[in-house]
Order: sequence, then structure tokens, then C-alpha cells
Amino acid sequence: MAMLLSEKQIAQLKRRVTETPHPREMVLDVLHAIQEAKGWVSDEGIELAAAILGLTPLQVEEIATFYDKIYRRPVGRKVIHVCDSICCWSRGSEAIMLRLQQLLGIAPGETTADGMFTLLPTCCLGACGDAPAVRIGKNLYGRVTPEDLAGILEGERTEAGP
Amino acid sequence: MRICAPLLFKNRQPSRTVFLEGYRKTGGYQGLKKALRDMTPAAVRQEVKASALRGRGGAGFSTGLKWSFFPADEPGDKYLVCNGDEMEPGTFKDRQLLLADPHHLLEGILIACYALGIATAYIFLRDAYRDCAANLERAMAEARDAGLLGDNILGSGFNCEIHLHRSAGRYVCGEETALLNSLEGRRPNPRAKPPFPAVKGLFGKPTALNNIETLANVPHIITGGADWYRGLALTEQGAGTKLYGLAGHIETPGCVELPIGMPLGELIRDFGGGVWQQRSFKACLPGGASTPYLTAAHLDVALDYDPLEQLGTRLGTGGVVVFDDRTCMVAATLNLLRFFARESCGWCTPCRDGLPLVCWLLERIESGQGSHEHLAMLQEQLRHINGRSFCALALGAMGPVEGLLRHFTEEVVDHIRRGCCPLKN
Repeated sequence: MAMLLSEKQIAQLKRRVTETPHPREMVLDVLHAIQEAKGWVSDEGIELAAAILGLTPLQVEEIATFYDKIYRRPVGRKVIHVCDSICCWSRGSEAIMLRLQQLLGIAPGETTADGMFTLLPTCCLGACGDAPAVRIGKNLYGRVTPEDLAGILEGERTEAGP
Repeated sequence: MRICAPLLFKNRQPSRTVFLEGYRKTGGYQGLKKALRDMTPAAVRQEVKASALRGRGGAGFSTGLKWSFFPADEPGDKYLVCNGDEMEPGTFKDRQLLLADPHHLLEGILIACYALGIATAYIFLRDAYRDCAANLERAMAEARDAGLLGDNILGSGFNCEIHLHRSAGRYVCGEETALLNSLEGRRPNPRAKPPFPAVKGLFGKPTALNNIETLANVPHIITGGADWYRGLALTEQGAGTKLYGLAGHIETPGCVELPIGMPLGELIRDFGGGVWQQRSFKACLPGGASTPYLTAAHLDVALDYDPLEQLGTRLGTGGVVVFDDRTCMVAATLNLLRFFARESCGWCTPCRDGLPLVCWLLERIESGQGSHEHLAMLQEQLRHINGRSFCALALGAMGPVEGLLRHFTEEVVDHIRRGCCPLKN
């Protein structure tokens, strides 16, 4: 369990939990920290979060499975979120999703064989003025065309490094 | 083209965020100063009530009235929660505000807390807005260093702390009681009302909940006064300005601040560049994904709460989403309903099971396999779901279905009669 976060990180989180009047409110902060370190939250991650927060694993699990930006299954180094809500849909998000499937050779929900990208649909990213929008890892791309995608993926691979 | 001096967007510049120094240069924190120095909390509440400000998050409830239910003068822990979940498709105004000028929100929160006797505020921000979170963190640090946040603010004896909470993505968290559960670290199913949050909210304590844009209006009401603020609107009963979104099939999408009561057609033509690709206007969502459609017959309507309610729709978040004449309204409605069905928290049956059924019916009709029986079932679901769900999510979800059946029944029937989508074939 300790391998998910360093002893120092665990101690820091535990200290914040004791200092907070309502420790449970930190559950997302702890889950974010674990996901930040490992990319996703494993069963061991749930148990670690529970231990830090003084909750049962079930209490943490019902939070973790509720939010779609907490990943309870392994994902690639970068998750590609393709917005499929109304504004992006009206400006071609279906073609964006199809092109990404072609370029990556995977279906939505899958991860590329090299472990680089996971492809997921997402609800509105709040970028309706720049539709269609795609988020890759921490980067938001607006006014994307199918022709842009090969270059965008190349840039993301370069940024990720070997 | 109408010219309007912006309030909330007065510091907005392309790709640049204004922080404390710039915010102060244009009169920033004068409202807080005035409230703390010259006004009692009750006087601030009275001014906001007189301003006729209505909630900008979607429901449009009177802010002054909401605050009047709050036990401001009673002792004990109380909270202000700023709803920054902004996950209604077509809505991206709060993000624009936080990218332009995060201190605007902080000043609004501080004045609201002073007015309501609150010492602790939370900003609940959606997961996708990482850039906004960074802006807010920097702004809070600046405010603390300048004596505008923390203990004894501006030497007035008023104390206030603001905490930023980042969510992890779910539409239902924008529902105020689901948001409270989320903040507390519980599964964000909505809570039963009553008790209302003003009585028993966050951690069981009285809690005031307001949207980002709503709170950002408060400093202007305090500096300019309620009468001036009301006079900014183009309608008699309206008040203030609005951050309107322009998205969908529009030539130049974006977010623009204009008076409440802007005529819909004028907004689309003058500030959105009209319908894209020289096509014609077919319909729009006037205020985000959950507001029933308007059609070309409604382009003269004033974008204000009451006039839109008279047309059977809502101003909602002010996020206008335009559809051109090539859009299939069955397909558009199906897209919207898939969003709501996916985002349902699953707590109550009408929403959890009803919305997927509505999606299935729309899929049948869109794919040419629909019958008149399916259309009747769609009308039936409208009656079954509306008013019977635990929270407003399902009610909002049925808004587009209601609009579809009200304005585009002929198009739906055409799908059934031809056995295919008339706009695709």
C-alpha cells in the first residue's frame, strides 16, 4: 500500500485530515493525490485512502465510483476526453471521435497497446465557445478538426517523452 | 449594434487574467470597502433585494429573497457555498469570468458573507476548470496578503475564510443538495427538501448557495446602488446585465456581457455573427441544455426571466445554443437526453429508468423504426417524469423533449411516416 504514495505524502495527508474539522470532506483530495501518483485508483488505492481518512473502503468506493474523472480501472499515460455534449455534437464531435478511433486503432473505453492513450467520451467540458473540444491529459484543445488530430497526438506523445 | 459598458467583464482581455493590481485599478474592492465601512449587514441585504438580482445559475430565484430566508443574525456556524459546478451543456460563462478576473468572485463572496453573518465560504469548482482553480488560488493568496481575506478584513473586525474545493466531474453536483453531499465527502445523491439548505445545509448548518455569476454582481450593486443596477436592464421588470453564451451553429461563438432583456435575434445577429455558413435559423436552446427550444417565431423575445417563462421556457444559464435549418431536432434532442440519462445519479426511478426509456424512444424514431405508439409513449413519459423525480435533473432533462413535442411534432411525425430521418435522407 505504501508504494502508492511516499511515506512523506501519506504523513502530509494524514496531518491535513487531523487538522480539518470535517475529515471526510478531504476524500476527493486524497483520491486526487493517489490518482496523480499512479494515473488511476486501484483497490489498494481505495484501501489506502480509507486508512488515511479513517473511513471504511466501502465509504470511499461509493465516492470513487460516482465521479467520472476518478479512474477505477487502469488508464494510459494520457486520457483523451472527447466532448459529446450538444455544442460539440452540433459542430462535428462525432467525426472527431471516429477519427481518433482510426488513428489510435482502439474503441472508446480502450487503451492503446503502448499504454500511451485511453479514449473516452465525456460530457460538456465548458468549452462550448470553442467547440468541438477535446481534453488530452491536462491540455484542452478547441475548434478541433479531424485533420488536426494526427498532429495533436504527435505533440502529446512528444510531451510525454519515452 | 448595441453598446453596453461591461460590469463583470470590464477587465476582460484576450488570453490574459487580471489579478489584484489590475482589479483595483478599475474600482475593485470598493464595494467591499463601502459595505464594511458604511453599511450594516442588513443594509447590504436590503440593497441586494432592492436590486432585483436573480440567480444566474439556472433557476433564476431572487437572490434577495433567498438571502431573506437565511438566519443571518443568529449565532453559530453558517456557510456560504459558491456553486461553480457549471456543467450545463452550452454554459461556459463562469469559466470566462474566472479566466478574466478571479477577484470579482472573491469580492462578491466577501460581501455576501458579511451580509449573511458568515465566516466560512467554499467555492465548489468543477474538475475541468484547472486553469480557473489556479487563478483562484493565486487571487486568494493576493487577497490574504492585502488584508482582504482572513481575520479583521480591512480593519473592520469582519473575519472570513474561503476554501476552494475541486470536484471530480458529475453534472448532478450542480444540484445544490447533491453539491453539499459532495462537499462533505459523501456520495452526491441529492437530499430531500425540506429542510432547505438555508436551515440545514453543509455539515447540518445554515448554508447560502449562490452561483459564481450571481455573486460577481454583488459588488456592483453595492457600489452603484440598486436603482442604477435595475436600470441597466432593457426590460421593465429585469435587472442588471447577463453573461450570454453563444454556441452551436453560430458564426462567431463566444461569451458576451449585455443587458438583461436583450432581444434573442439581435444577440445572435450582432454578437454571434448570425447563423453559420449563411444558413437559416431553425431553433435554439435559450439558456442551456435543460431549457425548452425556441423557434424562428421567437427571435424578438427579450432574454429575461419572465418573458421566457411566458413562452414556456427559461432563461436558465443564458447559454444560447443555436441550430441551423439542416439540424434534425429529434437527433439534437436525443443527444441532449443521452447526456441527462448518463448524468442521472440513479437515486430515483423516474430519472434512472425514465430517461433511458426516453432515449430509446427517440432512437427508434430517429432511426426510422418509430411508430405513433412511440410518440404517444414519449408524451406519456413527459407526464410521468415531470414532477415525479427526486430533484430537478429529470425535470430539466425533459425540457428539450417538451420543446420538441411543442414546436416540432410535425418533424417527429415525418420520421415515423417516412420510416427514416427526413433531414438525413
